[in-house]
Amino acid sequence: MFYIYCPYCGEHREEEEFHPKGQAHIERPKDPEACSDEAWGDYLFFRDNPRGVHHELWVHAVGCRKFFNVTRHTVTYEILETYKMGEQPSITADAQGQPREAVAASRQEGVRA
Amino acid sequence: MQRYSGFGLVKHALSHHENWQRQWRNPTPKKQYDVIIVGGGGHGLATAYYLAKEFGVTNVAVIEKGWLGGGNTARNTTIVRSNYLWDEAAALYEHAMKLWEGLSQDLNYNVMFSQRGVLNLGHTLQDMRDIQRRVNANRLNGIDGEVLDAKGVQELVPIMDCSKNARYPVLGASWQPRAGVARHDAVAWGYARGADALGVDILQQTEVTGFKIRDGQIYGVHTNRGDIEAKTVGCVAAGNSGVLAKMAGFKLPLESHPLQALVSEPIKPILDTVVMSNHVHGYVSQSDKGDLVIGAGIDGYNGYGQRGSYPTVEHTLQAIVEMFPIFSRVRMNRQWGGIVDTCPDACPILSKTPVKGLFFNCGWGTGGFKATPGSGHVFAASLAKGEMHPIAEPFSMFRFHSGALIDEHGAAGVAH
Repeated sequence: MFYIYCPYCGEHREEEEFHPKGQAHIERPKDPEACSDEAWGDYLFFRDNPRGVHHELWVHAVGCRKFFNVTRHTVTYEILETYKMGEQPSITADAQGQPREAVAASRQEGVRA
Repeated sequence: MQRYSGFGLVKHALSHHENWQRQWRNPTPKKQYDVIIVGGGGHGLATAYYLAKEFGVTNVAVIEKGWLGGGNTARNTTIVRSNYLWDEAAALYEHAMKLWEGLSQDLNYNVMFSQRGVLNLGHTLQDMRDIQRRVNANRLNGIDGEVLDAKGVQELVPIMDCSKNARYPVLGASWQPRAGVARHDAVAWGYARGADALGVDILQQTEVTGFKIRDGQIYGVHTNRGDIEAKTVGCVAAGNSGVLAKMAGFKLPLESHPLQALVSEPIKPILDTVVMSNHVHGYVSQSDKGDLVIGAGIDGYNGYGQRGSYPTVEHTLQAIVEMFPIFSRVRMNRQWGGIVDTCPDACPILSKTPVKGLFFNCGWGTGGFKATPGSGHVFAASLAKGEMHPIAEPFSMFRFHSGALIDEHGAAGVAH
């Protein structure tokens, strides 16, 4: 069971209030008509499926009904941060070498869970 | 290979069952094989078995990073059926069903295949229309199927609540009598024993760490036990296929999700068929041991953790109790999760890849177990000939760019 911090409500809520909506930060091609089959297929169907840090889109379905982003580890399932639409993640796979410290730091600041 | 028989059982009883032959060897890897199969689950072992038996390719290695059938082969709910809507999927699953029907004899190994039938319930008018359509499509493809009304369902499963008072009353069901269940780990063991007897090397505790590729052609794999060479490599690695594809330098349209299942304490025989419901979303059968085997849909988020969230389990049991109020006080014994590699169209990938000689068999999502023999058979044919078998042809990984999807999502009765 996840305990998820909704950045819009500013509160932790239970997982059942939310729905996962797949990978975050996917942009629809600006001009779909000009897309090659490869580019369009990639946009529609191909997703990152990492064993590790993953950025995903969630919706607070029975709360504020807003979409937001979650950075989560796909093996430990630990939620490293949540952030609003349009923002960039502060924890990425590149910083995977020392994610624990980063998480511990953000925990201590009490900003995100 | 010592054949199993009733006579053999008596013979071994005389020596206190201490002299049974090991079911497969534990060989040291050779430097070179004709074909390497990455992944020693049901599908991988079936591929090796049919390669050796039907296509005469016996210089084969199966490389498994853990132990045989330790992944989804041992984590599924053992349901076998072939009532898929689309021609391509129906052909593949029915091919498997026909192999299931003779599998215990073929392998000389009791896989406990029990054709007790599968019901896919309908709770709305639209469900019933979809069921009509699917059963008609099945029949045109030579797959058995019947449409039952609520009375027919009640006759088959007297303990189910088919009254009008239910929150989602049962209006009817599709019924596939040839469908059923099988003992899942016996399938892996049976194929392993059969393949080993035909000369296949099964290498457990051996992890592939990279591919050896030259000029776009594969010529071997790196493992933690040294390099092994082969001109043909088939990857059958389920949830870890994406990781392997990345090593080979391309992407697959797969997402790995946790899929949970649970079993109850053993109870006396009470349910002699398999009941699945898409609408209230749960499925249940009773194993030969007496436990109720229960499953439902995936957890919606990506995960490799072989566990999921508690609310998913709770929803599953709500559905089961909705259908079977009599089960409301049965206690659950164990609960677990597997990693399923799901495709956007809920159909598998059996395909050549951008690397010559490298083939992938993956993306079975939540419905892989039932296809084990068929998947192994057509994949073996493809590896042996270097060209995809006609049944496997539509399941190319390139369909996500060409648009020729086989959209079984929602069409296949239930979240498998």
